[in-house]
Amino acid sequence: MTTALGVAVEPHLRAVRDAGRKILVTYVTGGLQPHWIDALSAMVDAGADLVEIGIPFSDPVMDGVTIQEASSRALAHGANPASILDAIAPLEVPVPLVAMTYYNLVSRAGHRRFSAMLSEAGVRGAILPDLPLEESGPWESAAAASGVETALLASPVTPDDRLGELCRRARGFVYGVNLMGVTGERASLSATTRVLAKRLKSTTDKPVVMGFGISGPEQAVEAAAEADGVVVASALMRLFLDGQGPGALAAAVARIRQALDRG
Amino acid sequence: MSEQVSMGDPGPTGRFGDFGGMYVPESLVPACIELEKEFRQAWADPAFRRRLDNLLRDYAGRPTPLTEARRLSDELGVRVLLKREDLTHTGSHKINNVLGQGLLTLEMGKTRMVAETGAGQHGVATATAAALFGLECVVYMGEVDTRRQELNVFRMELLGAEVRPVRSGSRTLKDAVNEALRDWVATVETTHYCLGSVMGPHPFPWMVRELQSVVGGEAREQCRALLDGADPDLVVACVGGGSNAAGTFAGFVDTGARLVGVEAAGGSAMGHGVPGVLHGMRSYLLQDEWGQILEAESISAGLDYPGIGPEHSYLADVGRARYEIASDEEVLAALQLLSRREGIIPALEPAHALAWLVRAVRSGEVPLGSTVLMTLSGRGDKDAETVMRALA
Ligand SMILES: Cc1ncc(COP(=O)(O)O)c(C=O)c1O
Repeated sequence: MTTALGVAVEPHLRAVRDAGRKILVTYVTGGLQPHWIDALSAMVDAGADLVEIGIPFSDPVMDGVTIQEASSRALAHGANPASILDAIAPLEVPVPLVAMTYYNLVSRAGHRRFSAMLSEAGVRGAILPDLPLEESGPWESAAAASGVETALLASPVTPDDRLGELCRRARGFVYGVNLMGVTGERASLSATTRVLAKRLKSTTDKPVVMGFGISGPEQAVEAAAEADGVVVASALMRLFLDGQGPGALAAAVARIRQALDRG
Repeated sequence: MSEQVSMGDPGPTGRFGDFGGMYVPESLVPACIELEKEFRQAWADPAFRRRLDNLLRDYAGRPTPLTEARRLSDELGVRVLLKREDLTHTGSHKINNVLGQGLLTLEMGKTRMVAETGAGQHGVATATAAALFGLECVVYMGEVDTRRQELNVFRMELLGAEVRPVRSGSRTLKDAVNEALRDWVATVETTHYCLGSVMGPHPFPWMVRELQSVVGGEAREQCRALLDGADPDLVVACVGGGSNAAGTFAGFVDTGARLVGVEAAGGSAMGHGVPGVLHGMRSYLLQDEWGQILEAESISAGLDYPGIGPEHSYLADVGRARYEIASDEEVLAALQLLSRREGIIPALEPAHALAWLVRAVRSGEVPLGSTVLMTLSGRGDKDAETVMRALA
C-alpha cells in the first residue's frame, strides 16, 4: 500500500517473507551528504525491503565508530529531525521507512509531536535502542496512535521470559542484535547470531531480522539462515563516508540482495 | 514542607519523582537488574557492611576530620566547617564509592572494571580499588582531560590500569561515559562498570549516593558534637554529577539546614538545562532545541559534565535543595583564599562551593553569623599545573 503516508511495516515484511524471500533492511544516516536521499532511493531500487533512516544524535552510545562519524558529520552539516523528515516527505518509495534514533530526541520533541512528525513524513516505524521495555510504555502508546510501529531490539543476553514480552510488544518486526557490542563492521559473524535467531523464531511469528556487524554478502546469508532477514548499516555508511556515491551504495546493496536470493 | 523530603530508596524503577529510570540498551538491562539485586542484598548484609567499613577505616583513612576554618571564618563573617574528603587515600571522596563497587564486583564474580573519568580522581580511585582487589582495570578519559590531568594519567598507569583516551565528541567527561558504556555493552558478562557519580541508569544514582552517604553521616555527627547538638544552617558542596553533594546532603536532608549544590558556570545543567535522557537517566541536561547534548565548559575537568544526577533534579524540583553556579575566575580566587587562610589547597571542584559561598555572604544571601558545613571533596595537587597556567 503506497500512499502519501508511506508503507506500513509489518504487512510489508510479512509479504516479503510469504513470497519466500529474505528481508533486506538497509540504513542511511539522514543528512550525511547532500545526496543522501538519492542514496536512499538507490538502495530501494537495488532491492532493499525496508530502509532505516538514522536521525543523528550527539551521543550515540550503541554505535561504533562508523555511525558515530556519520552522525557527527550529519550534525555538522546542520541535520535535525525536521530537516531530515522534510526531505523524506515528498519521497514515494514502495517500501517502509523506519526512523532510527535515540530517545532524547523523542523526549525533547515530546512523544506525540515526534510520532506525528514521523507519520506526516511517511515514516511508519521507529527504533530507539536506548529505550528498553521498562521505559517505553508512554512512547509505545503515542506511536501506536500515530500509526508508527516501534521495533524492539533483542539481545543475546535477554532471558527467555523477557524475550517473550519483548516479542509481544514489538511492532513491525523484532530486531535481533547479533552480538554483545555496538554497531560497526566486523570480520566475521558472531556465534551468538544463530542462537538468538532460533530463539526469536521459536518465540514469535512476527518478522525477525538480525543486525549489527553484517559487512558483506556471505555474512548476510549466514545471519539470515535462521531468521527472516538481515540489517546492513555500518558497511554501507563506511562507503558513503569514504566518498562513494549512491551508485556504489546501490551496487553493494544489489550484491547482498543477490546473495540472499540465491540463499 | 521540606522536612518531608527524604533521600530514600527509589524502588525497582529507580525513580526520584520524575527523574532517574533505566534508559539502557537491551544488552545492559540484565546487568543493571543484577547489579540492583546484588547491591540491595549486600547493603542489607551486616557482613558486607563490616568489610566495607573496615576498608574505609584501615585503607581509606576514615572517618575524615571536620576542620573548623577559623581564619577563613573571621574573614567571611560566617562559621565555616570543612568536611575533609581531601584527606582520604587517593585524595578525594571518590574512594568511598569505588571500595563499595569493587567489593560488589568481587561478589558478582566479575574480573574487570571499566570507569570514566574527568579530572582523573575517579579514574585513580578505580585503578586503586582494582589493584587492591586484583581486578583488571580500563579507564576512559577524554583526550582533552588526559592533557589537563597528565599526572593523574600517570598515577593510573602506575597503579596498573590502562587509560584509553577518548577522541569523540567534546573529548571530555561526557564522551568518556559514552565510551565506557560502549565497552560495557561488549564485555558485560565479565566486566563491572564502576560509574563515578550519582548518575547513569538505575541502580547507579541510588547506589553511589548510598556509598557516599558516609560523608554526610559522619559530618552530621561531627557537627552535632561541635555545635552542642545543633545542625549547621547551611550545607554546601560542589556538583559535577553530584556524588559528593548527594553523600553530604543525605546526612542533612532531614534537618533544617539549607542545602546548596554549586555547579560550574559553564556546565550548569540545573541553571540552563531542561529535562532529557542521557547516559541511562532522565535528568536536567544541557541540550539544544532538538535534544542534541551541548558541551559543558569549565576550568575543572571534574565539573565538565552537561548533566546532573537525577536525585538532584528531584531535590531542586521539590525545593529541598538549590543549585548555584561559580565562574572560573571566582573559583581561582576561592582556591587561593583557602590556600592562604587555612593552609589547605583544595581541588578546583570544591573551590566552586567556596566561590559561591564567598559571593553569597558578600551579597547578604547567606546571613553573617551563619554556620556552614562545606564538603572539601578533594585536594588540589592534581590541579596545580592548571592553576599555575591560569594565574600566569
Ligand atoms: C575533587 C572532586 N570533587 C568533585 C568532583 C565532581 O564529582 P561529584 O559531583 O560526583 O562529586 C570531582 C570529579 O572528578 C572531583 O575530583
